Amino acid sequence: MSEIVVDAVSKTWGGVGGVDRIGFKADAGQLLVLLGPSGCGKSTTLRLIAGLEEVDAGTIMIGGRDVTALSPAERRISMVFQSYALFPHLNVAENIIFGLRVRGVGRGERDAKLRKVADLVGLSHLLDRKPSQLSGGQRQRVALGRAIIAEAPVCLMDEPLSNLDAKLRHEMRTEIRGLQQRLGMTMVYVTHDQTEAMTMADRVILMRDGHIEQNGAPHELYNEPASDFTARFIGTPPMNIIPWKDQLLGVRPEHVVLMERDGLPAQVRAVEYLGADSIVLCDLEGETMAVRQAGYCSLQPGTKVGLGWDNRHIHLFEKDGGKRRHDGARPH
Amino acid sequence: MVAAAMISARPKTAKRLRWAANANAWLLLLPALVLLATFTHYPILATLYHSFFSLGRSGPATFVGIENYQAMLEDDVFWQVLRNNLVFALATVPASIALALLMAVWVDRKITGRSFLRLAFFTPTVLPMIAVANIWLFFYTPDYGLLDQILRFFGFSGHNWLGDPGTVMTCLIVMVVWKEAGFFMIFYLAALQTIPPELKEAASVEGAGRWYFFRRVTLPLLMPTTLFISINALINSFKLVDQLVIMTKGGPNNASSLLLYYIYEVAFNFWDTTYAATLTVTLIAILAVIAITKFVYLDRRIHYQ
Repeated sequence: MSEIVVDAVSKTWGGVGGVDRIGFKADAGQLLVLLGPSGCGKSTTLRLIAGLEEVDAGTIMIGGRDVTALSPAERRISMVFQSYALFPHLNVAENIIFGLRVRGVGRGERDAKLRKVADLVGLSHLLDRKPSQLSGGQRQRVALGRAIIAEAPVCLMDEPLSNLDAKLRHEMRTEIRGLQQRLGMTMVYVTHDQTEAMTMADRVILMRDGHIEQNGAPHELYNEPASDFTARFIGTPPMNIIPWKDQLLGVRPEHVVLMERDGLPAQVRAVEYLGADSIVLCDLEGETMAVRQAGYCSLQPGTKVGLGWDNRHIHLFEKDGGKRRHDGARPH
Repeated sequence: MVAAAMISARPKTAKRLRWAANANAWLLLLPALVLLATFTHYPILATLYHSFFSLGRSGPATFVGIENYQAMLEDDVFWQVLRNNLVFALATVPASIALALLMAVWVDRKITGRSFLRLAFFTPTVLPMIAVANIWLFFYTPDYGLLDQILRFFGFSGHNWLGDPGTVMTCLIVMVVWKEAGFFMIFYLAALQTIPPELKEAASVEGAGRWYFFRRVTLPLLMPTTLFISINALINSFKLVDQLVIMTKGGPNNASSLLLYYIYEVAFNFWDTTYAATLTVTLIAILAVIAITKFVYLDRRIHYQ
């Protein structure tokens, strides 16, 4: 099967940026998301897998084959670019079958595949259009069609949805995930949007400054963040993290409750109403605590409230380096 | 909103405002309009007018209809310079474009000394044609010219390159290609840099080699530039004759003469101004056809981003 194994791969440009000895495995038929802020090395990692950049050190295996020294074409992958990279002078059909033409696939087979793929990505009625005559979402579909027509076992995606509006993004997210599962592709998907990562991925790799911060299933990253960086990156709004004794204490906004009596004294600063719930931003001894409340919250700024949470919901991190503590003493 | 309210309330003011805007626009256009009318439009019309009249050396010029044009069609020299000009255009335009593209693709890559190469390729463009003609005149000079010296070094005999009707045109063509290619290269270079690098990456993921990508993606995307350059080169081949004044004076036996140089000769050596006017109208018609072909026909068939 076509799993991807990245082993101790490094790449820098004269000591600047890049990635440093990263290693992970993407299981066959799974969707792996590389997540992180800009400049963390996630796109570099993807381009190294694609063969668009050469590794300085380490090996990359695809489907049990060492591809480290192979060209992109020899790696039998497909790729979707952030800018879609459509050929502006070719129509939709020619864009989709570009790779088939390169490899000299016969006309009959080409047409049959095109019809199937165009149907799959919903472009059958637009095959004669030029990319400039398409909307952002339709261009995205063309790029998707070009990537799946070759039936390459591995598909790489570099922030494919970042140029779309919110509604379309949600739609395409479901669609890409559906396609990936239906076609059984191994997919590596780069994004900076944690919602995309959480909703689509079988496995998420959170990156930071060229190394892997955490590698796990979405629920693992959410429920057991390995560091305060992960805790702050995953979740909207992110985890509340406050200094407590000689460590950092984190608690998710949905686990904080507003109490009538007792609790830590705090003051309401603002309320963000989101429809299904409201986020109450409170001031706790100079730190901001976000509290998720179901439905509409009518608290006025300046109101004094008490904050409380269950001990089983807290996360403790080291003050230096922010590593998760599993054995730490819990506050009472 | 305020302006609209004022206009509906007082139509007279509105009219005056519109008049002022129009006058303002015309005043801004006036300097260019005066210059164009005086030195381009009026001369064209005057030339056309004179081409229908006799020379009038002895007595007033009289209307002769298309007699001048009939004389032109019977003029062997006219046909020869026209043929020369076509050969000159058909040789210089494709050659200089191909060379320009080659140089642009070469210096677009990341190679050491790239800026130096670009500058070197562009240098012939900044030289005046007169200077270029003098340099090449030395190359082609019999016996002690550069070309003959090199030939002699390898044991060949010399040749009067510009004095032989069989070689003079080729000599001029080579020189003009050398002079023009660097200028066109700049346009190609600019166009190459607007092609997003992801296209190349996407193509390489699909397995397209360098040549395939060049043929199927780069060339089509450069077509607007190619069109622009070829029209310019074509027009240049009809209007650039400085080199003839320096190098051959159209000779030997009109073998290197071009239409514009022939017009110059007819007008200022033979002082046959009405015939020169007739030839000029013909030249303008040729150039107009080229321009119209570009704007009406070719523009529609080319992909613009």
